[in-house]
Amino acid sequence: MTTTPLPPTGAVPQAVEEVAEPQAPGRRRLSRLEKRAIATKGKLSSPWASALAIIIAILWTLPSVGLLVTSFRPELDIRRSGWWTVFAGLFNGESEFTLDNYDQALYGSGANLSTYFVNSFVITIPAVVIPITIALLASYAFAWIDFRGRNILFVAVFALQVVPLQVALVPLLRDYVNLGVEGSFWTVWLSHSIFGLPLAIFLLHNFMKDIPSSLVEAARVDGAGHVKIFFQVLLPLLVPAIAAFGIFQFLWVWNDLLVGLTFANTGSRPLTVAVAEMAGSRGGDWHVLTAGAFISMIVPLVVFIALQRYFVRGLLAGSVKG
Amino acid sequence: MGWLTSASTTGEKFAVMFLAIALFVVVMGAILFLVDRPKRVPRWVVATAFAGPALLLLAWGLVRPALITVWNSFFDKRGNEFIGVDNYTRVLTGGQFQSVLTNTAIWVILVPIASTLIGLVYAVLVDRTRFEKLAKALVFVPMAISMVGASIIWKFVYEFKPDQPGVNQTGLLNQVLVWVGLPPQQFLINSPLNTLFLIVVMVWIQTGFAMTVLSAAIKAIPDDIVEAARLDGLHGIKMFRFITVPTIRPALVVVLTTIAIGTLKVFDIVRTMTGGQFDTQVIANEFYTQAFRQNNQGLSAALAVILFVLVIPIVIYNVRQLRKSEEIR
Repeated sequence: MTTTPLPPTGAVPQAVEEVAEPQAPGRRRLSRLEKRAIATKGKLSSPWASALAIIIAILWTLPSVGLLVTSFRPELDIRRSGWWTVFAGLFNGESEFTLDNYDQALYGSGANLSTYFVNSFVITIPAVVIPITIALLASYAFAWIDFRGRNILFVAVFALQVVPLQVALVPLLRDYVNLGVEGSFWTVWLSHSIFGLPLAIFLLHNFMKDIPSSLVEAARVDGAGHVKIFFQVLLPLLVPAIAAFGIFQFLWVWNDLLVGLTFANTGSRPLTVAVAEMAGSRGGDWHVLTAGAFISMIVPLVVFIALQRYFVRGLLAGSVKG
Repeated sequence: MGWLTSASTTGEKFAVMFLAIALFVVVMGAILFLVDRPKRVPRWVVATAFAGPALLLLAWGLVRPALITVWNSFFDKRGNEFIGVDNYTRVLTGGQFQSVLTNTAIWVILVPIASTLIGLVYAVLVDRTRFEKLAKALVFVPMAISMVGASIIWKFVYEFKPDQPGVNQTGLLNQVLVWVGLPPQQFLINSPLNTLFLIVVMVWIQTGFAMTVLSAAIKAIPDDIVEAARLDGLHGIKMFRFITVPTIRPALVVVLTTIAIGTLKVFDIVRTMTGGQFDTQVIANEFYTQAFRQNNQGLSAALAVILFVLVIPIVIYNVRQLRKSEEIR
């Protein structure tokens, strides 16, 4: 159980206590800044709290570091010693680093991940653009067009969020086979678009509702129709929301295994499927596996870190309001 | 026209992709163009144009297949013979599936609790410290990684080499065991603890989510509430117990239930790390095995339906708790 970083529960109150401590009884009115300073001071002066935080941070980082370091080590070294030995080796010059693993993972005959890298891009871009567009229109209708059955339909869409994809896979696959398009990109795009819609509509509707109705009313008075209002009034205001859901859907599609495994064939399958396959068939070849894993992670990591702000906003809008 | 459905070169793939996007834009553009007449078009036509595509797709691609799956779950392996609830009784009472159900229960209970607890503790610990941003980012990043990637990362941590002289452990966890003088373990093979080691991976991924949402909730606690509690003499454990936790309770419920629902559907981790062997199978992966390996249509449909049914109590709990907290407000 050494890896399960379950911290002792007693440590939490302790940390809070440390924050509370510096509060002198006579000083009641503190500015936010002062309080913040006191809190900061309190936190750092409590060794237990800091130690626990550092332990969690290390446990959350170390496994990834291990894989990253390993992916640059020669095959033989990976078999002979643990990745942590490279740090000692740095000083006496015994550590060797190489890009061979990446070369082998991307272009080697057994792995050939470069093909699947292309597939992941080809799958992801339409599977993000299409559901966002359709969901934007639908959430506009749910927010600003008054039609009969609107509320019931919206609740129904909202409820669909919790339906596990598993219930839809087999019948959908059968339809694709009957249509003669099974295994093509079209089926993967369509499936991802459908599965992404409930959350997309819900999230974008939340943002859309927050826009002051006076803006829409004013445009209506000016004689603008729904299409014009949608494109000229609402769309520019929704850019952050679109970014938020865009990142969600991007990460979901790029990292998805289930849909890719079910609907794509060997020619159209994404990176995740190829890497999962590799983990099954070449589980001991850590040199290709570590490099392959990082090839599959690099794009979502870059997107995620660059657009973190929007992601957090989407997360909070999607979960706390719901 | 073969390349349309079986693009093989990079050029063809991107060509098909741009074609698909162009087609989509043209169709949607045409629909909008047709209803873009402020006065003349009746409102229901406009509403259909805006909401229609989404509702049509959801009805065709989610609701209809779900109903077919429910129907199929009452039929036999090939879908020819009606066998009533036999598939369900087989899953729920058959010895073969007992460990699958138990494992799923362990996952759904432990993952949300562990992730939320660690996320909450960490959020409180790093709140308003100098390193808050960096500290949060470190725990946050696993959320961007695919479960396949995370599984490989952790499989490497659990890597086992036989305990012989001259053989070095290459898995970090076993090396730690060796350092403290214990024999190395086959973490992923020895049941029943191996399920816990798989659960660690999911906790590792989900803690970032819990931390982010809970941290925002903690920051939203009004200063005057904390201030007033302090004047009343609340400190330490009591402050945490009576102020922090009750105030962020709605967020806690949302985090717990969201992670629980997500955990129920996880199959990537089990599939990548053990393939469901060594008594680690869960419902979501068993579904995949039955549907696409064993080609047992009826049983796989029943498993999918069970998965869906298990989500319902979690959602009801979520809605109820949120209602309650709204009443209090």
